[in-house]
Amino acid sequence: MKKQDLIMVGVGGQGIVLASDILGEVALAAGYDVKKTDTLGMAQRGGSVVSHVRIADKVWSPLIKEGQVDVLVAFEKLEAARWSHYLREGSVAVVNNQTTPPLSVSSGTQQYPGDKQIEDILRQWAERFYFIDGTSKAKELGDIRTLNMIMLGCVSSLLPIDIKIWKDCICQRLSSNILKMNMVAFDKGREEMSRAGVR
Amino acid sequence: MKKLLSGNEAFALGAYHAGVMVAAAYPGTPSTEILESIARFDEVYAEWSTNEKVAMELGMGAAYAGVRALVSMKQVGLNVASDPFMAASITGINGGLVVIVADDPGVFSTQNEQDTRHYAKLAKVPMLEPSDSQEAYDLMAVAFEISEQFDTPVLVRSSTRISHSKSVVETNRSRVAPAKPASFKHDVEKYVMLPVHVRLRRPVVEERLVKLTTYTETFPYNQIIRGERHLGVVSSGVAYQYAREAFPKASFLKLGMTYPLPRNTLRQFAAQVDRLIVIEELDPFLEENIQAMGIKVMGKEFIPRIGELNTGIVEEAGYRAGLLAEPSHRKAALPQGLPGRPPVLCGGCPHAGIFFVLNTIGQRSKLLDARGKSEKEGKLIITGDIGCYTLATYPPLCAMDTTACMGAGIGQALGMEKAGVDTKVVAVIGDSTFLHSGITGVVDAVYNKAGVTIIILDNGTTAMTGHQDHPGTGISAKGKKTQMVELERLVRGIGVGDVKVVDAFDMKALRAAVKSSLDNPELSVIIVRGACSVRLRKRAGYRAVDIEKCDDCEACLKIGCPAIQKLDEQVYIDATLCAGDACTICEQLCPKKAIGPLTAIGESK
Repeated sequence: MKKQDLIMVGVGGQGIVLASDILGEVALAAGYDVKKTDTLGMAQRGGSVVSHVRIADKVWSPLIKEGQVDVLVAFEKLEAARWSHYLREGSVAVVNNQTTPPLSVSSGTQQYPGDKQIEDILRQWAERFYFIDGTSKAKELGDIRTLNMIMLGCVSSLLPIDIKIWKDCICQRLSSNILKMNMVAFDKGREEMSRAGVR
Repeated sequence: MKKLLSGNEAFALGAYHAGVMVAAAYPGTPSTEILESIARFDEVYAEWSTNEKVAMELGMGAAYAGVRALVSMKQVGLNVASDPFMAASITGINGGLVVIVADDPGVFSTQNEQDTRHYAKLAKVPMLEPSDSQEAYDLMAVAFEISEQFDTPVLVRSSTRISHSKSVVETNRSRVAPAKPASFKHDVEKYVMLPVHVRLRRPVVEERLVKLTTYTETFPYNQIIRGERHLGVVSSGVAYQYAREAFPKASFLKLGMTYPLPRNTLRQFAAQVDRLIVIEELDPFLEENIQAMGIKVMGKEFIPRIGELNTGIVEEAGYRAGLLAEPSHRKAALPQGLPGRPPVLCGGCPHAGIFFVLNTIGQRSKLLDARGKSEKEGKLIITGDIGCYTLATYPPLCAMDTTACMGAGIGQALGMEKAGVDTKVVAVIGDSTFLHSGITGVVDAVYNKAGVTIIILDNGTTAMTGHQDHPGTGISAKGKKTQMVELERLVRGIGVGDVKVVDAFDMKALRAAVKSSLDNPELSVIIVRGACSVRLRKRAGYRAVDIEKCDDCEACLKIGCPAIQKLDEQVYIDATLCAGDACTICEQLCPKKAIGPLTAIGESK
């Protein structure tokens, strides 16, 4: 595998830090060097969150340079657009079809970008992008918190790492009472990607 | 065994393997997880101390008694702990004392951007800087050895990007058992810092520094990495990683010990390269110290001294300095015009209601303008403090006028009142912050007959750093039940007569309490109590907006609750963010009674 630089972005409370932690552990178990770092604001919930995950034979900086990301995983649409300048030319983006208007939009001082605008922004750099109905799938599973495993399932379809390693790492990280539901969520993510034509 | 560890987890495991017996800290981003991780080891006594000063004193005491002790804090924590830290330098220790201080370049979660490295020089103590989690782990054992060998506290400087990045660690050691049980040896000339003893200790400190200067010449974590001769880079910490990526062909002197500096190694390295530069985050600490040796070196002419570095910034600096050829490919442009997503108080936050009340009573919304600066005056001055509630500064709540450092709001309120402002002054402070640094302010207020109102926001946790316990929760760092410090008894005991305890989610009671306190010309304290919503285990009774009754007055949007959203001209409540029955602030405020339980109203969107 060539180097893979991934960023996972979204809104605080969506489970991004856990998902990127597991991704890092998967890469380590698959024999790669890996660094991962989170950029969070002060808030517990509701702020913009970014996790950088770098996978290669040797990684120096934990932060990925702008214009170097191979895979952007966005848990929310506006955040996908916000971090799009990290993408390199020919990259891939997976975007959860969720709209979470920030306070400035709710109070009417700013506009939430339309789907076309978001697609145009992504298209500047991404070769392929996939919109996934992750939030509604998570709700169907009965727990919105499974969204992060759905998104992780999507990522697993894009990386050449054995599926068994993914599942082992998820097993090690999640407590047994929520494991089953989250494994279903992970598989749902993979299904969504295969429906979109990935493998 | 290889593990993916954050710098903080690696510090904790490294200290544990090095045989640490006592660990103390006060939570502070980005250092918090060090103590959280070490508290999981049964053999280590670990505590959340009241504040960093107490933590440092605890570490000193343990080290005096001959055991290895670890104290950790964020950079501004060392300001609080600087008094005992300076003292520990002059007395020296017995068992090893290691102090980890985590800086916050880029100011993700701090009130300033200070560079801790200056403290090493000020205190004349050795300083180590890891550049990844492996070194964070390895350097713990080394730090304790240096501490004991040279009879000195050792400063270990981390940063957000070291503490909060995960990288691969070979955890090849196991815990070394302490050589001897704790015992204190009476030695007044070493431990009682009367002036006459200080005069005896001063030369010892200077001699120690000379010995350390020799030691660091052969310190294995100061490494020369030979590359091309035309450029030599001196770097340390995470800046080394950015520098290595930006200048893959250069020669490097990577410093693991950044105070005192290896003078001969530096001279030797400088002589081996055509051009010498320093790449370091924040102040030109290495650069100025190297310049003082008479070595020609550059750095801050082209490396920014403000903010966090990254590979891109270092490369840009390289282009400007003519050290790198600028690439021709097109540069990614920051997407323009997108709405920001600044941090906000969470849905169901127990701070939202009281700040809504302060906003309305203080007529604060009229202060609004683009940059939060206004010629207008509100009817209240609200001095603030450090915690999640500092976010109430922003619209729509606009309910904070000052924030400086832990506990400062109370003293500032007293100062404004004594200066003679004709506006009522209210100090707002969280429970953990109050116990950390607010108590002495109340003692001052009682003693000097202040007439201000102090509001203690008691959410039963240290929320912003990730929900650590504190003396007011009655739970220890080890998760065990312990004696609880009761806030109302504490403030009454100090001598405050007017003390009220109010439910954070009862809007009528909050308004009545604030009004009554403001009418009281004497000192008053209001304890606003309500659990942090992030810790709610069971959520039920999510609220919804009945669009038939809603007249779009937007009163509910003035709470600043992220669950209450408006898109396409319709207000709705995002059930995944709503705290439901535990909160109901929006339902209490809605003038049209258009908000109620989702089960009664149904999905509005």
